[in-house]
Amino acid sequence: MREQLVLLDNVVFKYDGQEHNAVDHVSFDVFKGEWLAIVGHNGSGKSTLAKLLNGLQFPLEGKIIVNGMELSEESVWDVRKRIGMVFQNPDNQFVGTTVQDDVAFGLENAGIEPEIMRERVKNALKRVKMDQFLNQEPHHLSGGQKQRVAIAGVLALQPDIIILDEATSMLDPRGREEVLETVRELKEENVLTVISITHDLEEAAKADRMIVMNQGTVYRNGTPREIFQLEEELISLGLDIPFSIKLAKSLRENGVEIEDRQLTDGELVKELCELNSRM
Amino acid sequence: MRIELQDVEYRYQVNTPFERLAIHDVNLVIEPGTYTALIGHTGSGKSTILQHLNGLLQPTKGKIQVGDRTIEAGKKEKQLRPIRKKVGIVFQFAEHQLFEETVEKDICFGPINFGVPEADAKLLARDALKQVGLGEEILGKSPFDLSGGQMRRVAIAGVLAMEPEVLVLDEPTAGLDPRGRKEIMDMFYQLHQERGISTVLVTHSMEDAARYADEIVIMHKGTVYQKGSPNEVFSQPEQLVELGLDVPDTVRFQLRLQKEMGVRFDKPCLNIEELAMEIKRVMKWGERS
Ligand SMILES: Nc1ncnc2c1ncn2[C@@H]1O[C@H](COP(=O)(O)OP(=O)(O)O)[C@@H](O)[C@H]1O
Ligand SMILES: Nc1ncnc2c1ncn2[C@@H]1O[C@H](COP(=O)(O)OP(=O)(O)O)[C@@H](O)[C@H]1O
Ligand SMILES: [Mg+2]
Ligand SMILES: [Mg+2]
Repeated sequence: MREQLVLLDNVVFKYDGQEHNAVDHVSFDVFKGEWLAIVGHNGSGKSTLAKLLNGLQFPLEGKIIVNGMELSEESVWDVRKRIGMVFQNPDNQFVGTTVQDDVAFGLENAGIEPEIMRERVKNALKRVKMDQFLNQEPHHLSGGQKQRVAIAGVLALQPDIIILDEATSMLDPRGREEVLETVRELKEENVLTVISITHDLEEAAKADRMIVMNQGTVYRNGTPREIFQLEEELISLGLDIPFSIKLAKSLRENGVEIEDRQLTDGELVKELCELNSRM
Repeated sequence: MRIELQDVEYRYQVNTPFERLAIHDVNLVIEPGTYTALIGHTGSGKSTILQHLNGLLQPTKGKIQVGDRTIEAGKKEKQLRPIRKKVGIVFQFAEHQLFEETVEKDICFGPINFGVPEADAKLLARDALKQVGLGEEILGKSPFDLSGGQMRRVAIAGVLAMEPEVLVLDEPTAGLDPRGRKEIMDMFYQLHQERGISTVLVTHSMEDAARYADEIVIMHKGTVYQKGSPNEVFSQPEQLVELGLDVPDTVRFQLRLQKEMGVRFDKPCLNIEELAMEIKRVMKWGERS
């Protein structure tokens, strides 16, 4: 049985002065231990969803339940201990003058005792492989390192869920991989449930489940395999499809009998090998 | 307009404890009407080079020829404005530099600053807005009421309105959705082709470098590591992988097939269609069935 961690029930949100709902009757669940990728065009409501989940905004209609608790002005502080956020810009996330101060900041706010705090800070930085940098000034770090410190700041609060809102989009490929690898490991260790908002289709293809947002609504909810079946439909929504699916399609058009949609390079290579041995 | 960098070095914060050698021994020619992609790790010196192309930074050694102007290390350079007008830079996350009350004022700021009469600047603004795929109805809006993607386009329009001869683009599509990315890249390419604008693109996308550029320049540790056509550069993909850089998806897939199936490709494939046909060919499927 999948254990439900979060439930969004018909959530509506509109910014003051805007004509349309930024989030328009959205419902979905998030299950414990999964990696949920949320994709969608710029302006489709993804960041607004993240803000609603983190209690930075509240629904105008509908409700959000986190761990059985309805998210409201009263419960928001409890909920924030359960859901941590990492944002896009690594430079906007720092408050401390050293790496460890920065990670400690959230704990201080939560009123954690100094002794426990030091331990948690060290552990969190170890988890993201940044424990060598305790006393560094954050602005001397690379983008990937900064985002890992931001993740440590979230981990130190021991949340159930981490939301990455395009957290790798300002990084170079190496920084991006560092960050994703770190989060993957945490997820494997069953430490975290991950909600990753991303334009990186190769990353989304590796998720357990995907949600496609379009103009404030959930357009589709399914496994990457189901979602990427949509091919042209995704492109018409302003999105893209993974390389291996495009190549398989082109191979089919050239008369090579590739059957399924191959979500990763590895799957496609395997299929080509099999095809080759049958020929 | 031709740009040439000769033995260029740049140090940030010279004669302070924070002095830092950012680029050295850079030799590079941007011929008129060409499309150059500059690739390399964060910190390899790409943005520093870009800022030399229009005189925002002056070399600490060596010299730069921009059209008929020479900018030399150690000399006080005045009157760089004509160069700044001819070489337009779209900075990374360009929307962070929007500041005027309305979109129109923001786009007109550059041209007016360079002496274009207001009425003409307004016409340029309309034209530039159309280029970037936005409608005139937003001219009167505050840039800060727009979506992130629209703000980026407005910032780009502000550079286009100066009618530069050379366009310098520092990761212009970072953070945009796939359609936005493609639209903007196609728009720059169209400008390059139709108006002969020389284009210098900094990107982490090897697909874009392969698709659009005539020449790819690989930066590594502050200097030019290699340059050549996409075909040349990507025919030695192992080198790039060794530097920890990406290769195009198609080339990455070729490498993997070579490794796991023992097939050999004669050349790098730079688009999917070509790769599909090559796969069919090297596996001789066409002949056997
Ligand atoms: N602070 C804000 N004030 C007004 N409108 C906003 C604000 N933030 C976002 N919006 C609007 O809400 C919609 C959804 O935006 P957002 O959630 O940021 O989308 P995404 O993260 O998918 O790009 C867009 O139309 C956007 O312009
Ligand atoms: N304003 C600055 N002050 C000091 N050092 C800088 C500054 N800007 C860049 N650098 C340094 O110069 C080198 C090259 O940086 P940059 O040109 O920004 O590289 P890239 O654009 O390839 O990421 C790096 O070591 C960077 O830390
Ligand atoms: Mg967003
Ligand atoms: Mg740069």
